[in-house]
Amino acid sequence: MTAAIQIDRVEKSYKGFKALKGVSLSIEQGEFFGLLGPNGAGKTTLISTIAGLIRPDVGSVRIHGHDVVTDQRQARMKLGVVPQELVFDPFFTVRETLRLQSGYFGLKNNDKWIDEVMENLDLTPKADVNMRALSGGMKRRVLVAQALVHKPPVIVLDEPTAGVDVELRQTLWKFISRLNREGHTVVLTTHYLEEAQAMCQRVAMLKTGNVVALDTMSQLLRRVSGSSLVVHLKHGGLPEGLRHLVAHDEHDEGQNNGGNKYTLRVNAYNEVEGILAQLRESGAQIDEMQLQQADLEDIFIQIMEGAPIR
Amino acid sequence: MNFFSVGFRTLFYKEILRFWKVATQTIAAPVVTSMLYLLIFGHVLEGKVEMLQGVNYTSFLIPGLVMMSVLQNAFANSSSSLIQSKITGNLVFILLPPLSHWEIVSAYVSASIVRGLAVGAGVFVITAWFAHLSFTAPLWIIVFAVLGAAILGTMGVIAGIWAEKFDQLAAFQNFLIMPATFLAGVFYSIQKLPPFWLAVSHFNPFFYMIDGFRYGFFGKSDVSPWTSLAIVAVFFVVLAAVAINMLRRGYKLRH
Repeated sequence: MTAAIQIDRVEKSYKGFKALKGVSLSIEQGEFFGLLGPNGAGKTTLISTIAGLIRPDVGSVRIHGHDVVTDQRQARMKLGVVPQELVFDPFFTVRETLRLQSGYFGLKNNDKWIDEVMENLDLTPKADVNMRALSGGMKRRVLVAQALVHKPPVIVLDEPTAGVDVELRQTLWKFISRLNREGHTVVLTTHYLEEAQAMCQRVAMLKTGNVVALDTMSQLLRRVSGSSLVVHLKHGGLPEGLRHLVAHDEHDEGQNNGGNKYTLRVNAYNEVEGILAQLRESGAQIDEMQLQQADLEDIFIQIMEGAPIR
Repeated sequence: MNFFSVGFRTLFYKEILRFWKVATQTIAAPVVTSMLYLLIFGHVLEGKVEMLQGVNYTSFLIPGLVMMSVLQNAFANSSSSLIQSKITGNLVFILLPPLSHWEIVSAYVSASIVRGLAVGAGVFVITAWFAHLSFTAPLWIIVFAVLGAAILGTMGVIAGIWAEKFDQLAAFQNFLIMPATFLAGVFYSIQKLPPFWLAVSHFNPFFYMIDGFRYGFFGKSDVSPWTSLAIVAVFFVVLAAVAINMLRRGYKLRH
């Protein structure tokens, strides 16, 4: 099956600054894909390249097999993009905005789908309100609706929940999940890593214009060590032999939370038994204990700090 | 190229709707301004000068004012729409869909023609009460009004794409469009100019638009309307090629 998005060795420079350094990715049809990275990693440049707003210096991008430069008309028909910036046209109402956007994609008489999109994004009560009069969250919903107005098989969401309330997030994810279940490919960039962890099946992490990690969410969570054991001691202190496992931030602050709570880094579950044995031998008594799994945020930090990942 | 595609028609409709929603500013205000020009210049100069043989000054002035309104408003429509969209960022809604550069240029220019003609018609209806005007060759009036609006609409597209800030667009308007319009014979016949400026005027394409347009009313002009038509048509083709090429290359739009 043709990839939903095929990115091959894409490079892009701005006045000597290399924003993308040979990025290659293949996103399959029907995937919910996360594109993560710190500010300046090249995420928005890559999305703009996919959207045809930026032309790559080297390499190519194909949407459902259509090159975004040489076959731009077909490529754009397949793609819906929610831009990061909260942009809108102040002359029009919500319904006018969506009808116009629909027309730009060559669709007449699209009101049934427009109504459905508005309904699913809780925009119906605002249908005839001018864009200027909407709150930031409502404008964000309209941006999402504009990207979906031509039912694109590939939907790219560039930080769609930045600065919006919980209600919109829930409404948005519910609708986007439904579209994904119906076969739409979704590409998401976000700084909210818990959202990415909850939604994405596969993730690519970008750092300074390079892909530094590309894997399924479950593999990423499995491959990177980083669980932690939180122990609250009733009596005694942490033995010297365990001090090297204490998280850096607690080293800096000394003993935290009343003096006897420690967060110890654990690379594998079988290390837990050894830690408990050392605590017993030292006479320390455990009051509370918790084993915390590494989450996407821990993995993200490790990767961005340069820890190797296979 | 499909001038009747849904994409073209939608963008054209959007551009019409955009200026219509602020018609007080985009239609009524320029009509009032032109009427003031007529009242002041017509009152001061009527009976003192004769620009074309047998044509009084107010009658001479009205077609010039109408055409000036057509040209300036056609330019304002496409240029202000594009610069506003660029600065506010909503131009992305035009750049993301599968609209061709032909569709984009033709939609912006067509809407500019509509606004130019709407303002021109408004100016004519108001000012025609002040003089007796004939329509010697109405086809020439229509041809030069449409072509003139198309040229300025295309210049507006070029300026709107080129300018990155409002003051750059204002410079384009104030230092190029405005002088070229005023020095094209809106208020006078270039035959009244000294030889040097008469020669310079012949290098101003705006002169041919206004002179040809005026011919439609009086059957008299400084140069043959056919010469004007040829020059204006070539000028339009060159500008249209520049505008389409800018969009095709993504100049200042797709980096």
